[in-house]
Amino acid sequence: MTLHSINSAGQTELSLEGVSVSFPIYHGGSRSLKKSLLFRSSGGQLASDASHRITVEALRNVSLHFRTGDRVALIGTNGAGKTTLLRTMAGIYEPVSGVVSCSGRISPMFDISLGIDGEINGYDNIRLRGLILGLTAREIEERMADIVDFTELGDYLDIPVRTYSSGMMTRLTFAVATCFAPDILLMDEWIVAGDAGFLAKAQHRIEAFVKQAGILILASHSSDLCRQWCNKAIWMERGEVKQFGEIDSVLDAYTKEISATAS
Amino acid sequence: MTLILNDGHRKHQRPQLVTRGGTGFAFGMGCSDLRDGLTLWPLWVRLGWNDILQRYRRSMLGPFWLTASMAVMVIALGILYAELFNTPIHDFLPFLCVGLLVWNMMSSFLIEGGTLFTGAESYIKQIRLPYSVYVYRSSWSKLVILAHNFVIYFGVLLYFEIWPGAVALLAIPGLLLILLNGAAITLCIGMVSARFRDVPQLINSVVQIVFFVTPIMWKPELLRGHAYIADFNPFYHLLEIVRAPLLGSLPSAKSYAAVLLITLVNAVIVGAFFARFRSRISYWV
Repeated sequence: MTLHSINSAGQTELSLEGVSVSFPIYHGGSRSLKKSLLFRSSGGQLASDASHRITVEALRNVSLHFRTGDRVALIGTNGAGKTTLLRTMAGIYEPVSGVVSCSGRISPMFDISLGIDGEINGYDNIRLRGLILGLTAREIEERMADIVDFTELGDYLDIPVRTYSSGMMTRLTFAVATCFAPDILLMDEWIVAGDAGFLAKAQHRIEAFVKQAGILILASHSSDLCRQWCNKAIWMERGEVKQFGEIDSVLDAYTKEISATAS
Repeated sequence: MTLILNDGHRKHQRPQLVTRGGTGFAFGMGCSDLRDGLTLWPLWVRLGWNDILQRYRRSMLGPFWLTASMAVMVIALGILYAELFNTPIHDFLPFLCVGLLVWNMMSSFLIEGGTLFTGAESYIKQIRLPYSVYVYRSSWSKLVILAHNFVIYFGVLLYFEIWPGAVALLAIPGLLLILLNGAAITLCIGMVSARFRDVPQLINSVVQIVFFVTPIMWKPELLRGHAYIADFNPFYHLLEIVRAPLLGSLPSAKSYAAVLLITLVNAVIVGAFFARFRSRISYWV
């Protein structure tokens, strides 16, 4: 294994080279130890069955390169591999073959309510959530006033969050998720919801948040959002990059194909 | 396989992360996973605490319910078995008490290992954290539970007016060795159970048998001619290096040698296993 030295100049970068990801299908029986042991012990015929495991190729030979300032929309039909690609970029799935290298702090905004514990109070949830995102205890305390201020929850932060309404919960999770500036921001669908007053505030905040990020990758089905936020686009189809380029040309080609198949 | 270069969380540092495909043993990755996990101690200390508190939320005794139920078990079994085996209770009950406390921790490493990664699926699928974080979290909460239960030991010491003396301090390195082995085995079981979902059931039934085979409710002297039953039982030796000092005697050199051997074998096998299959965990859960 060789050390893969990435530029030390301090540029945010994200690159994928020949990345493939495939999921073996473990369903009920094939996943159990019994089957594996039986396959081991019972002759060649079955054993060859066991090794011919069915796999789903979620990403096939994907090579991409992003630099600071890239705002990339990830488009494609359901099951095209958008989420898998995002998770591979975030280091959650390590590729079966190929190399993913990135330099910069990644913020995966897939599920912003991750790690919320209903039984503990708002403040403790903010601390817990901050730790999960990789902030140090000091960084969290520094941002605490700002977060508390943004949520407008006041005294509610002293009681367990299971008593919160879903709107209040959104305020809390949203405030924590956007409290620090990541170098690379990965988003699976746009995440703004709440009452009208909050919506405007959240919109404002996320604009600032996104602008600070070095690289944005946004998977979305809304072409308006993509056009609003992104300057580039990747069109995924069956785990492969079908097209990568300027936002308008890719989106136009994509909508044309979609409408052609629909009619 | 992955490579993390300088994955610090400082503002001035730029964390770098390289993940690459391929099979083989990635010892460097495994080691940096264990090390990065350690630096995230504020996270797993908090998660471990929450795990315990969650079970006893809004109850009056809180985590001391663990202590209360354990105390009832120690007293009831202590009195019953002292009668059955015809041994003096001031000798048998402290023995049973320490044995049960330590066994309780060892068995929870085995049993809860099954849900180590499958129970953390929502985390694993949403954010990249070192996998060792989940191991430290579970080991830490087991240590906290042991600390709660330890109150019973002091109660027993007071009641029977026993004083183990300075030799009791030897229980600390013994406990560390149990924690080390427990963490390794729980990691191993966690990985295997993520892949093969029958393993937790299998382990549950094995643990029950081990409990009866290990000298916890009966004294090893009862074995007479069948001493091998204890000698070849790794759990006996792990138990002994904590139990003997707490009861005021020195563990045998044989037990120490056995534990060191167990630790070595455990570390090598689990280390190799982790290096080889670490990157597959997120696919398995």
